[in-house]
Amino acid sequence: MKFSRLSYATGFVLSLGLTSAAFLLVWRQTNSDSTAFSEKFLITWVIALALAQLFTQLVFFLHLGRERSPRWNLTVLSFAALVVLILVLGSLWIMNNLNYHQANEMTPAETDKYILEDEGIH
Amino acid sequence: MNLLGRLNLDAIWQGPVTAIGQLTVLLSGIAIVGLLFYFKRWKWLWREWLTTVDPKKIGVMYIIVAVAMGLRAFSDALMMRAQQAVASGDNSGFLSSDTYQQVFSAHGSIMIFFMAMGLMFGLFNLIVPLQIRARDVAFPFLNATSFWLFFAGAMLFNTSLLIGGFAATGWLAYPPLSELAYSPGPGVDYWIWGLQIAGIGSLLSGINFFVTILKMRAPGMNLMKMPMFCWSVLGSLVLILFAFPILTATLTMLALDRSLGMHFFTSDFGGNPMMYVNLIWAWGHPEVYILILPAFGIFSEVVATFSRKRLFGYTSMVWAIWAIVVLSFIVWLHHFFTMGAGANVNAFFGIMTMAIAVPTGVKIFNWLFTMYRGRIKFATPMLWFMGFVATFTVGGVAGVIMAIPPADFQLHNSLFLVAHFHTMLIGGVVFGFFAGLIYWFPKIFGFKLNERIGRYAFWCWFFGFLLAFIPLYILGLMGATRRLDGYDASLGWQPLFIVAGVGVLIIGLGIALQALQVIVSIRQRNANLDKTGDPWNGRTLEWATASPSVFYNFARITPVNDRDAWWAEKQVKTPPPKPRYEDIEIPKNTSAALIMAFLAFNFGFGYVWHMYWLSVLCFFGIITCLIIRSLKDEHEYTLPAHDVAKVEAAIRRRYA
Amino acid sequence: MKEEEMASATAESKTVFGFWVYLMTDCVLFASLFATFVVLRNNTYGGPSGQDLFSLSFVLSETIILLVSSFSIGLAWLAAREGNKRPVLSFMALTFLLGLAFLTLEIKEFNHLYQEGNSWRRSGFLSAFFTLVGTHGAHITAGLIWMATMMVLIYRRGIYATNVRRVTMLALFWHFLDVIWIFIFSIVYLMGIIG
Repeated sequence: MKFSRLSYATGFVLSLGLTSAAFLLVWRQTNSDSTAFSEKFLITWVIALALAQLFTQLVFFLHLGRERSPRWNLTVLSFAALVVLILVLGSLWIMNNLNYHQANEMTPAETDKYILEDEGIH
Repeated sequence: MNLLGRLNLDAIWQGPVTAIGQLTVLLSGIAIVGLLFYFKRWKWLWREWLTTVDPKKIGVMYIIVAVAMGLRAFSDALMMRAQQAVASGDNSGFLSSDTYQQVFSAHGSIMIFFMAMGLMFGLFNLIVPLQIRARDVAFPFLNATSFWLFFAGAMLFNTSLLIGGFAATGWLAYPPLSELAYSPGPGVDYWIWGLQIAGIGSLLSGINFFVTILKMRAPGMNLMKMPMFCWSVLGSLVLILFAFPILTATLTMLALDRSLGMHFFTSDFGGNPMMYVNLIWAWGHPEVYILILPAFGIFSEVVATFSRKRLFGYTSMVWAIWAIVVLSFIVWLHHFFTMGAGANVNAFFGIMTMAIAVPTGVKIFNWLFTMYRGRIKFATPMLWFMGFVATFTVGGVAGVIMAIPPADFQLHNSLFLVAHFHTMLIGGVVFGFFAGLIYWFPKIFGFKLNERIGRYAFWCWFFGFLLAFIPLYILGLMGATRRLDGYDASLGWQPLFIVAGVGVLIIGLGIALQALQVIVSIRQRNANLDKTGDPWNGRTLEWATASPSVFYNFARITPVNDRDAWWAEKQVKTPPPKPRYEDIEIPKNTSAALIMAFLAFNFGFGYVWHMYWLSVLCFFGIITCLIIRSLKDEHEYTLPAHDVAKVEAAIRRRYA
Repeated sequence: MKEEEMASATAESKTVFGFWVYLMTDCVLFASLFATFVVLRNNTYGGPSGQDLFSLSFVLSETIILLVSSFSIGLAWLAAREGNKRPVLSFMALTFLLGLAFLTLEIKEFNHLYQEGNSWRRSGFLSAFFTLVGTHGAHITAGLIWMATMMVLIYRRGIYATNVRRVTMLALFWHFLDVIWIFIFSIVYLMGIIG
């Protein structure tokens, strides 16, 4: 049996582990007075664990990669992943950048100085 | 609770100009119903058209609806040109500002979603299965559902004309104008649901044809042997699959703002209207490539056939398609360079936008190289191609100008922009689809269109287009803003607007000639019958069937060995052995698609008029339809082999 | 018999692939909602943020419930491929109950927020939250309706090619919803709590 119960059980246990790890990290952060981890550290790890669980579930639950050639499922998924990344990261970049000319609480002169520096014009 | 929501009879009257449109729609509807009664064709209509799952019939229906909606949107164009030609200085024209805004919003929305997308899906249905030697699409029931959802969306748009009025927000309905605070009436809701319903149909078609092309090609037809039209369609489908969900999500969020008091795009409570602009163009840019790629595919077929030569640079054409597909997902900010982003962001998207012109250029050169040393026949489809080359390249260059952010700061939302995208859409998409319709007309209907009238129509369109839009390029460069219903007399722009008005009248003459062409061709059909199934000496497999094709397309799915498979098969001199026929599974007709679309229409109508009980009822009705349909496992009947043999024998006798 | 098998194999590969393609488009739909959420995450308009509203243990229970249900529908699918009607029904019933439990918890959370005045009308952040999580919940609901229908069909007609194909698609759908949930609990809840 190609898609065995063992495969599913492995995926389940791994996912459980990855989920618990992510929750544990955040729980430690909120329940201890010492903020041992920086916000950036936590966010990076939460995302990394999420991506790891994504791949785990793709392989063990959705059986990705086991298709014989031509691998259309994988191709379509890759393109979808590309579009998702472009949309989410692109939107973040763009929407954040829309404040470029309105850096908060700067006078027009300070804004000019900021822009000149940021664009490397001397 | 008021059962009729906010529906009331006062919403019918919208002024005398609109009344003319309302009368036209009503009289057309009455005429159609009347003719059906007079000729006693209701049963025929139900059996042959309303419940069909045959893509060839569905394709014809798409084209009929697309043409009808196109005529409506063209009358909007006539009104706009007339208004701008007379409204100068003290003269405020004959349209109120609110009506004018509804007119340009309807014009854009209808042309893109119902005229262009309709013609496109129509050609997909008619030609793709034939070109890959398949009998049908992957999911025939889904196909019918897609068409009827498209129809339901179009009917919502037409209903807005009859009662309530349309959105006055432009074809993309930017917030905050499209939010409840500034557009409290039913117009924007009609826009949202017409597009949402039609959009779901488009997405489902995307899935359907994608699976069809990837999984149902004839044995031996690997992708690099597939006709270029199918490659272009595949590229367009990938764009549909990954862009339309963005539209669905964004329209939903706007609807939620309007109906549940959410704050995605409101000006207060933490909404961000600019996010709407970002999302809608993340869909909107791929959308325009969705429209142009199939037109490019049509030109690949037409140029090769009428140059009597293989398409030049097949492999580079394929790569160009995929370069366009990928690039079209990373250029969308060029639609809002002026929205406040810094130079880095603007520069990135500007450069990507300029890059996308390169694969397009590759394609144009490949077509020209195909013509070089070919034995060219200047049938009407070739004329449309030449018109395309002349206009599209120039308009494309105008786009490259606007890809430069500093230049765009001057040209954004000017008439220069309007001229550019109309050049792309008319010179590219419309000219392409016209070429395709004329080229494939004999395959669909069994006789050729009248060439002479077709030529006259082309020249009217070509010169009419130039007259209508060159003034707009000039006006845009001089600073004319788009979407205005009148301009200051002191600017001295009126003569240019008058020239543009004359241009659109000449286009109108072209359209009238096309209508005449169809009528005359029908009357002359016996003289122009397609007697071989291959009237143009074509190269691809759709010409290997009867004209019109028999309902199961091909009696036998024989393997394919070459690119330009039909051309290769024609070169083989020895006659084929006597064919052995097999039973063929044919999908049965069904009314479920029509019923679900009718429920979808009423869902939308209920939402628009705040008759939420109706929407809820229709929603559960659709789910019920789906469950009922799923209870049956078999949706096909078997055509026995000896019946297939009889049909094939009849065709051979007809063509003997 | 062989021809029927071949026909159903082609039908399966077409239909299941088509369903996979639909799931990929649904990814982009959710991506649009995620993008909007992320852009609006700080637009609380003076109202509460994720840190104020989300409970770690509550979300953990929802997550485990959904994960177990994803495992059980996988087992149902395996049984379907082997033609065993009883385990298919039992595992599907388990999945259904777990899914219902998940939905109940989610509705409780939404209702709690609504009663406290922190509904979708309160701010851009909350609109995005309710819509993203709510859309996932709507998909779960659709899955449950589909599951109930499938259980009735399998109970009455047993396991055969068409039903196996449908169970395959339902399993894919349910797995996909758990995958989306990974990103919801990570980006919405965990990152919301981190601040």
